[in-house]
Amino acid sequence: MKISPAGNTCWVFNLRLSNSINRGDKMDYNMDVTIAAISTPPGCAGIGKIRISGEEAIEIADKVFYSSSTESLKEVDSHTIHYGFIKDKKGKDIDEVLALVLKAPKSFTAEDTVEFDCHGGSLPLQGVLDAVLSAGARLAEPGEFSKRAFMNGRIDLTQAEGIMDLINSQTEKGRELAVQHLKGGLSDHIKGIREKLMTILAGMEASIDFPEDEVPGFNSDQVGNKISQVIDTLDELIKSSKTGQIFTEGVETVIVGKPNVGKSSLLNYLLKENRAIVTEIPGTTRDIISELVNLGGIPLRITDTAGIRETSDQVEKIGVERTISSLQTADLVLLMLDVSQGISPGDYKIYQEVKDKPIIILVNKTDLSEEIDRKKIEGDFPEGRIIYTSIQTGAGLKELEDAIKEEIMAGDVKGGYDQIITRIRHRNLLEEAKSSLELVIEGNEMNVPPDLLSVDLKDALLSLGKITGETVTDNLIDQIFQDFCIGK
Amino acid sequence: MSKYFSTYPKEYDVIVVGAGHAGSEASLAAARMGFDVLTLTVNLDHVAFMPCNPSLGGPGKSHIVREIDALGGEMAINMDETMTQIRMLNTSKGPAVHGLRGQSDKVKYHQRMKSVLENQENLDLKQAIVEDLEVESGEVKGVITKTGILYKGKKVILTTGTFLKGRIIIGEAKFNSGPNQQYPANKLSNALKKLGFNLLRFKTGTPPRVNGRSIDFSSLEEQSGEEGLSFSFLSDSLKGEQDSCWLTYSNEETHEIIRENEDRTPLFSGEIDGVGPRYCPSIEDKVIRFPDKERHQFFLEPEGRGTQEFYISGFSTSLPLDVQIEMVRTLDGMENVEIMRPGYAIEYDCVASGQFDLTLETRLVDGLYTAGQLNGTSGYEEAAGQGLMASINAVRSLQNKEPIILKRSESYIGVLIDELVTKEPREPYRMMTSRAEHRLLLRQDNADQRLTPLGREIGLVDDERWNHYQNKVEQINELREYLKDTRITPTKEIRETLEELSSGNLNQPASLEKILRRPAIEYSDLKRLVDNLPEYPAEITEQIEIAVKYEGYIERQLKQVKQFDKLENKLLPEDLDYQELDNLRQEAREKLNKVKPRSVGQASRIAGVSPADIQVLMIYLEKNKKSREKASHEGENQNVK
Repeated sequence: MKISPAGNTCWVFNLRLSNSINRGDKMDYNMDVTIAAISTPPGCAGIGKIRISGEEAIEIADKVFYSSSTESLKEVDSHTIHYGFIKDKKGKDIDEVLALVLKAPKSFTAEDTVEFDCHGGSLPLQGVLDAVLSAGARLAEPGEFSKRAFMNGRIDLTQAEGIMDLINSQTEKGRELAVQHLKGGLSDHIKGIREKLMTILAGMEASIDFPEDEVPGFNSDQVGNKISQVIDTLDELIKSSKTGQIFTEGVETVIVGKPNVGKSSLLNYLLKENRAIVTEIPGTTRDIISELVNLGGIPLRITDTAGIRETSDQVEKIGVERTISSLQTADLVLLMLDVSQGISPGDYKIYQEVKDKPIIILVNKTDLSEEIDRKKIEGDFPEGRIIYTSIQTGAGLKELEDAIKEEIMAGDVKGGYDQIITRIRHRNLLEEAKSSLELVIEGNEMNVPPDLLSVDLKDALLSLGKITGETVTDNLIDQIFQDFCIGK
Repeated sequence: MSKYFSTYPKEYDVIVVGAGHAGSEASLAAARMGFDVLTLTVNLDHVAFMPCNPSLGGPGKSHIVREIDALGGEMAINMDETMTQIRMLNTSKGPAVHGLRGQSDKVKYHQRMKSVLENQENLDLKQAIVEDLEVESGEVKGVITKTGILYKGKKVILTTGTFLKGRIIIGEAKFNSGPNQQYPANKLSNALKKLGFNLLRFKTGTPPRVNGRSIDFSSLEEQSGEEGLSFSFLSDSLKGEQDSCWLTYSNEETHEIIRENEDRTPLFSGEIDGVGPRYCPSIEDKVIRFPDKERHQFFLEPEGRGTQEFYISGFSTSLPLDVQIEMVRTLDGMENVEIMRPGYAIEYDCVASGQFDLTLETRLVDGLYTAGQLNGTSGYEEAAGQGLMASINAVRSLQNKEPIILKRSESYIGVLIDELVTKEPREPYRMMTSRAEHRLLLRQDNADQRLTPLGREIGLVDDERWNHYQNKVEQINELREYLKDTRITPTKEIRETLEELSSGNLNQPASLEKILRRPAIEYSDLKRLVDNLPEYPAEITEQIEIAVKYEGYIERQLKQVKQFDKLENKLLPEDLDYQELDNLRQEAREKLNKVKPRSVGQASRIAGVSPADIQVLMIYLEKNKKSREKASHEGENQNVK
């Protein structure tokens, strides 16, 4: 069987979009297509860059580029820069540019690449891009250059994941973590842990294969200690994942309370004061609208549980049940009370259900006459942090913001980690590695011989290697498709 | 350009060049499968000769011997029939790394194997020096001997050991020679080069042999044999009196002599350019590399029952003979010792990896196979395993059947051949248990369960072995069922017995299997807990104990195998030109083109191929699958039109 080389084959990667979202137009992930995009941030900078990548990059660039000094971009050497102009279809000059030609595989995407350094400003840039697109390139999807770099083996799995996280990041901190992973920080950290385990393994092996040579025997205590240290390191990483998750996915925050207590006003206030990056994200499991609010760098995914009506006891009961079930996944609960109305049995019920979670009791409408004794509130809601606010007048809102931050940072979420895990895939593998190492410790304590202990030690190494891609698994491809199916 | 004067009238199916450990197994396997075999050896008095240690086995190596046996090979039986001592090493560790070690009687070992070859139907054993290969349009046709005869053969298996351009070095003395001063094979080496083979220069060494009459054993620690052991699954355990080995040590005086004569060591003077094995360093290497070590340990091993020669294991050296004499006499108990044969280093040509595939057939010449030390291994066991597999695959090819490629997850032989093809060994390759990632399943005690059914299918396992095997498996299953089904209740008596066996308490009724899982309990202890515990041979109860006691570990390892084999089963196209995969790094392209891996799994083990390269490969395979699917889809559409 003769397999034709990559260049001749015509194949299509149909990266399916995530199941629930249907964008109508199917994205064309044929890697044979040449793509182009503006690859500098929007705004009025001195220069802007258009990147073209793919098999026809040079040909396409050559169609729109002309120069008095350079005959044709097709003739030039790789890694050379050329001065010239971009013209549109009618032959009219769009911009004066520098063209950088990078031939495969020595470019970011490992494909033929041309970069046009244009004058900054959106008009010339857009004009150059349009010219390139009409010359045969397709507009690149966000992150598509990185995807190609990954597909072409230029970057490893954690780095690719970092790029995906970067594209999806909701906050500055999330972006920072993504960049750290992208740079290989996590890879290096995991590799360091693997090396420690390999040293332990090597020590165990020597005494096995050379029983008659005077190799120092297997020191059970020493191995136990060393493995315990590694478990501690893994624990730290696993713990950091809660923080990581919050920075990348947001803090699931639920506002509960009777109708007209001021939930919508609070939400509107938070939205107005804190720029929301994304609005109207459909919940994945529930059909409840949530809003994303960036509160001092912490993304809050706020769910408004509006809809509970108090027309009859029976209906309220159902409403409360529904609210309670929506509270199960919450990371933070804001329970709102109306100081002018008093506390209802529903308020107590909700409080009982969620008092173990971070909870803030918001006693609102302090601008109206107070019908509840503040002492009673403190007595009735001992687990909650109580804040008195008037969204109407703005009283107590600053205090509320601080309280929210403190509640989140006081729990599992904290800084000070060397590395922060942001992906569930990573956390699961770390957990797997940890349980394998716990089996080593357990066996070691029961005097299980080293050749058997090595079975579990190798399992731990395999799990850690899966994080970085050092352990090659048959489902690597699936993983790649899964990671690039986010629909961005 | 005729290089021969006459053609031997008989045409053979398989010609084996060499009758050492690889050659003997290769010859017997093909003949036993019913094919006409010619075996040519430089010297008939050296068939299956052991030019180095008078011993077989050790961890990893004994695993291979048992695997050869399980497949119907001869090595284990030959050893059982002629050995003088047997022991089990590593018994303080888990069952997977237990390894048999046997002391052989060199002369008897040779004599018996020679006689087996002589008496084998379909096999002609002859003394001849092969100097050239007859090759027509890339296909081997036969071999040409020094005496000018062309022997025609459809397949040729080269098992030339350390004979190719063999050169012995003893201090300042150097001369062309095969091992133990036999005739070296220089012309065959040139013939291979002419055919386009890339040959490497490897080095190995051997210690001096001394006269036992001149050793004072009274001051030495004795190491005697053990009862109840054998290499072959078919043999009874070794009976009668066993010979002993003895331990001796070097001291500061020994080390001083070596340091004083460092400039006379050929390795340091750059005289030897062959690459020697790290795991088997010479005494001068040991002393110079580990200057802080106060003493080194050596084993005095008898070379056989008809001789006084003793082999000083661990004392390999290529220092000049006068230094050897001085050194040896500083060892404990050896003050007046007489050296009978000096230690020496030997350099030889071997075939660099990448030139034969997993069937051991060379890529350059169809029908030509290489096996044994020629392929860069060290050790009789590694050689024999390859000889067997090369022969099986030569025969499979004659039969137009699929080759037999043993998996890494099923055998040490599979690990061995995979690494020879994949890893470009830079020193003589020796098997170790740590080379096998699924060691716990590849035990020497279960080699028959792993490989005997395959051996039967190939046609190497005779009725005697097959019946023995089937009977064993039946008994294992029977006993396992019994242990699962038989329950004991925690009566006062039983609880007391368990206490006595220091195996804790029992509160609930439990199966015997569950009781046996307890670390302190052996099968024989169960007799005290139930009446009429069935009697089974030790080889059966051992299997049960391992299966029950290590069940959790075995299950986890099985899971690892399942994951591992998925990549082994992702096959790569044989004629893929990796240079055309632009996204692979240049080094990876070169290495992949050289090794031509059979599977993604094998590719991932090549040094210089990174996980990122594997990622590229897997994406390429996926693309290709898709484009093939697409092509076939388009084909269908055209048919519709």
